[in-house]
Amino acid sequence: MPESNVLKQGAGLRQQEDLTLLHEVSVATAGVSRLEMCIQCGTCGGSCPSAADMDHTPRMLFAMLRAGMRDDVVRSNTPWICVSCYHCVVRCPQNVHIADVMYTLKGMAIKAKQYKDSTAPDFSKSFVDMVESFGRSFELGLATRHYLTHYPLRLPGMAGMGLGMLTKKRMNLVPSRIKDMEQLTAILDKAKTLELTE
Amino acid sequence: MNEYILYPGCSMEGSARAYNDSLMAIKDTLGIGLREVEDWNCCGATEYLSINLIPAYSLIARNLAIASKQANGTRTVVAPCSACYLNLAKADYYMEERPALGQKVNEALAAGGLHYQPGSLEIRHLLEVLVYDVGLETIKSKVVRPLTGLRVAPYLGCMVPRPDYYNRWSDHEHPTELDEVLKALGAEVIDFPLKTTCCGGHMTQIGPETAYELIRRLVSSADTYQADIMTTVCPMCQMNLDAYQAETNRYFGTHYQMPIVFFTQLMGLAFGMDAKDLGFGLEIVSAKKALERIGVELPEPPAAKKKDEGLPMPQRRLKKTATPKQEVEA
Ligand code: SF4
Ligand code: SF4
Repeated sequence: MPESNVLKQGAGLRQQEDLTLLHEVSVATAGVSRLEMCIQCGTCGGSCPSAADMDHTPRMLFAMLRAGMRDDVVRSNTPWICVSCYHCVVRCPQNVHIADVMYTLKGMAIKAKQYKDSTAPDFSKSFVDMVESFGRSFELGLATRHYLTHYPLRLPGMAGMGLGMLTKKRMNLVPSRIKDMEQLTAILDKAKTLELTE
Repeated sequence: MNEYILYPGCSMEGSARAYNDSLMAIKDTLGIGLREVEDWNCCGATEYLSINLIPAYSLIARNLAIASKQANGTRTVVAPCSACYLNLAKADYYMEERPALGQKVNEALAAGGLHYQPGSLEIRHLLEVLVYDVGLETIKSKVVRPLTGLRVAPYLGCMVPRPDYYNRWSDHEHPTELDEVLKALGAEVIDFPLKTTCCGGHMTQIGPETAYELIRRLVSSADTYQADIMTTVCPMCQMNLDAYQAETNRYFGTHYQMPIVFFTQLMGLAFGMDAKDLGFGLEIVSAKKALERIGVELPEPPAAKKKDEGLPMPQRRLKKTATPKQEVEA
């Protein structure tokens, strides 16, 4: 890059780095995220089995957080492609809670309704509905509801699996319900009013 | 007799019934007592966490709170499912690491008359308990039908040895615990390079192509090493590799037939138990041929499924318009 361009861009920067976005994500992540400790070494992307399908490697995504690129971050498919395998987590020299940051970013994307190329938010929502009405999950209903909503044409393709699971009685037709649903509902209702702010 | 609190998790009642049956069959032989967390609820799998943080952790923590009330004499909660294990361990760990989280979660629990003191329970995965509490020597001493000649691929998946908050495993990427158990049973254990590679997790539901590639890699590697059977410690891994193997074959034009069973099923066999009491036959890719190698007869798998039939659900059955093959290719 010619020197003059560098100078121009440099002049556009504010005196201090604006780390609002980084902090916001850090605060919203369970545990101590250590996001600000990322040294951009790239070990995470290099360890990731699904990196090829990601818009941005985790390293890149974290640099974007630091740069305050909110829209690009919430639109990235990366957190949705992450399978929580924790390969990056055990290798990260800075012990950044990478997989948990991915959960936070998914949550932010759902809130901003800016997810892309992914039916995951809907899948996650179906699952949550199930848990909130029964206290336990219901695998057949889950997959089916999801496929019916998103891949109606593909459903028969999955039939081999669904049919096998049914004939082997490996899928319950009725989800079981916990006894004290009232208690669970009270807990979840209260929990929904609470947020991590510091 | 070692006493434990058992958190079974949703899949033990459904897709992983073979895991449940075989665990119940071998527990007395191994001298472990398992008491279920009373009225436990779903741990949220890998879905709930991204929706809303405090509800997600409160959902998990309700189980911890109940278990800690129940905990007289033991403080160890055993989870056979890797995803449940990690969720419970994570809630316990993060509630302590981040006091603000612990406090909010307890505020929510209080609405249901519960409380959980982080760190008061020990959350462990079943395999680790069997290796380190029961011990390989004890396991070996119970073997009456060694699995001699059976080539087994030991597959752990991701969430057991990682992130491993308490450093309980021999290694995060190539742990040997499962290999050792299988060797104690007399099996021929292959040095499986992908033993902790991801099974695709929930991607089979949301991004099948990504998942099929992960499944293909695993099954093809086990096949290259000439494994007769692959064994897992997690309901989600078992489900992905077994139930989606045909779909993966169709997607790549491959013909793998790798049976995927739970390690507890192989333990039961080696302890001389009847295959049908151990949940054999519930697997989609039949283990019949593999078990013949050690002289165990399984009944014929039910006649090959008619591929043309749709998922037997009322609303879809009415509209049987095309065969699965055509639609998949469409
Ligand atoms: S491995 Fe850790 S320190 Fe390195 S780029 Fe990834 S998050 Fe940052
Ligand atoms: S946890 Fe997610 S980001 Fe990290 S290696 Fe696994 S898939 Fe990649």
